[in-house]
Amino acid sequence: MLELKNIHKFYNPGTVNEMCLFENFNLSVPTGQFVSVVGSNGSGKTSLLNLICGSIELDGGQVLIDGKDIAKQKEYQRQKYIGRVYQNPAMGTCPQMTILENMSLADNKGKFFGLKRGTEKSRIEFYRENLRQLGLGLEDKMDIRVGALSGGQRQAMALLMSTMTPIDFLILDEHTAALDPKTADLIMELTDKIVREKKLTTIMVTHNLRYAVEYGDRLLMMHQGQAVLDAAGEEKKKIQIDDILERFNEISIECGN
Amino acid sequence: MDFILTIIEQGLIYGILALGVYITYKILDFPDLTVDGSFPMGAAVTAALIKAGVNAYLTLPIAFFAGALAGVCTGLIHVKFKVRDLLSGIIMMTGLYTINLKIAGTNNVPLFSQETIFKNEFLEGIFKGTIPAYVKIIIILIIAAVSKILLDLYLKTKSGYLLRAVGDNENLVTSLAKDKGNVKILGLAIANGLVALSGCVFAQEQKVFDISSGVGSIVLGLASVIIGISLFGKIYVMKATTAVILGSILYKACVAAAIKFFDPTSMKLITAVLFLAVLIISMDRKKKVKKSA
Repeated sequence: MLELKNIHKFYNPGTVNEMCLFENFNLSVPTGQFVSVVGSNGSGKTSLLNLICGSIELDGGQVLIDGKDIAKQKEYQRQKYIGRVYQNPAMGTCPQMTILENMSLADNKGKFFGLKRGTEKSRIEFYRENLRQLGLGLEDKMDIRVGALSGGQRQAMALLMSTMTPIDFLILDEHTAALDPKTADLIMELTDKIVREKKLTTIMVTHNLRYAVEYGDRLLMMHQGQAVLDAAGEEKKKIQIDDILERFNEISIECGN
Repeated sequence: MDFILTIIEQGLIYGILALGVYITYKILDFPDLTVDGSFPMGAAVTAALIKAGVNAYLTLPIAFFAGALAGVCTGLIHVKFKVRDLLSGIIMMTGLYTINLKIAGTNNVPLFSQETIFKNEFLEGIFKGTIPAYVKIIIILIIAAVSKILLDLYLKTKSGYLLRAVGDNENLVTSLAKDKGNVKILGLAIANGLVALSGCVFAQEQKVFDISSGVGSIVLGLASVIIGISLFGKIYVMKATTAVILGSILYKACVAAAIKFFDPTSMKLITAVLFLAVLIISMDRKKKVKKSA
């Protein structure tokens, strides 16, 4: 269970450009729920993820994981429970290191990085099996550098790496936005498969309304730091793209776009 | 023949320094100027210890740890006080000048009559009196090779993977729930430890500690790394660490040749021009200039 309580976040505090993004924002995500978040640019989607992950600091409020406040923890400490895939496929992997080395790094998350052999031989078969499930043929190229892979392949690896160890939350930050439509579909299917298999609590920010409608058990539309639409369960299943598109247009008109 | 042997000896000694610079410049992507202070620091510590009658071989690990300490300080200045990487190194380099003088006691400590790793009772016992000239190069080769092999092995450990990851994509280190700052500090410690080790061997080979011995060592280190990686890095079977040591020997050879043909006082200018030429040829500068300018 992830809870955001009375979140406050200001940008440029104390200046004429002061902007209040979140004021008394509340959100709770029950364990195992897959939430899709949509909204216009500047509506607070990515800020929301950054606040949960600790990439930006809160100005007030609490971030609770199973009732425990993690708002005081540093970004890297929170990553023990969180896996995150970014919009930029380069963010989730090390380009100069090989596929095998990247997998070994991800496999050791949360454990001690000591003087033991970096890649445990006994795990190689496990990595190969994991890569095979991606269906991209990466299992035969484990010794090539990740930098030589395409964006889609790298994003698939980033997804695999961030979910390899047991985590409580998966955070997807427009993770298909930089990919071509076909690859994006592939990554999205993969995401859904992994989330279902591992029963991960997931928050996915996307600009693709179709993905938001098709995938996930809950749909959230953000606007100016507020959730203007929040549909879960049966209600979510009834939603069509046209419904949210209409809502989207209303918001845009309010903004004068 | 002596000319070539001297080049190889010097190249190998500075090769250890180049291994340290390789860690900061290539792996961590951190332009670390501490080197100009930690190299003479290794030499100063060695001079002080030898004067105090400490076994010459013990100076090697002690100099390493002294250098590592300097690296930790640079890391702390950069990570904890958020000072820019270049400036952190400059601050440490400046401060170390005084510290090195304090350690050595004076700006020039001759070690001619002292026991060193190249001339001591133990070796004299083995060779029954006079130590042959080739022993020196073998000892240097052993120290350089051991440093290289240990570094290679380290880079294959989990901790070594993390070190490589922090220079490659520090964001990934954060997502592995590790503090990237601590990893950088560790990297700087190992790098400056190697640099000080190089200074330690250098002082014993020259049989003197001189405070000015560190001037320009960062340029030398960078040049060795860049020459090594761009000339030998493409060879598939060769490890980058080997390439870096070869780069150092080649650099020393170029400088020695230049001095032979030109006036010795123009050495620094030749060094600078040579370094610039290598940078232009390797085309490695684009990214670095943008990042650290």
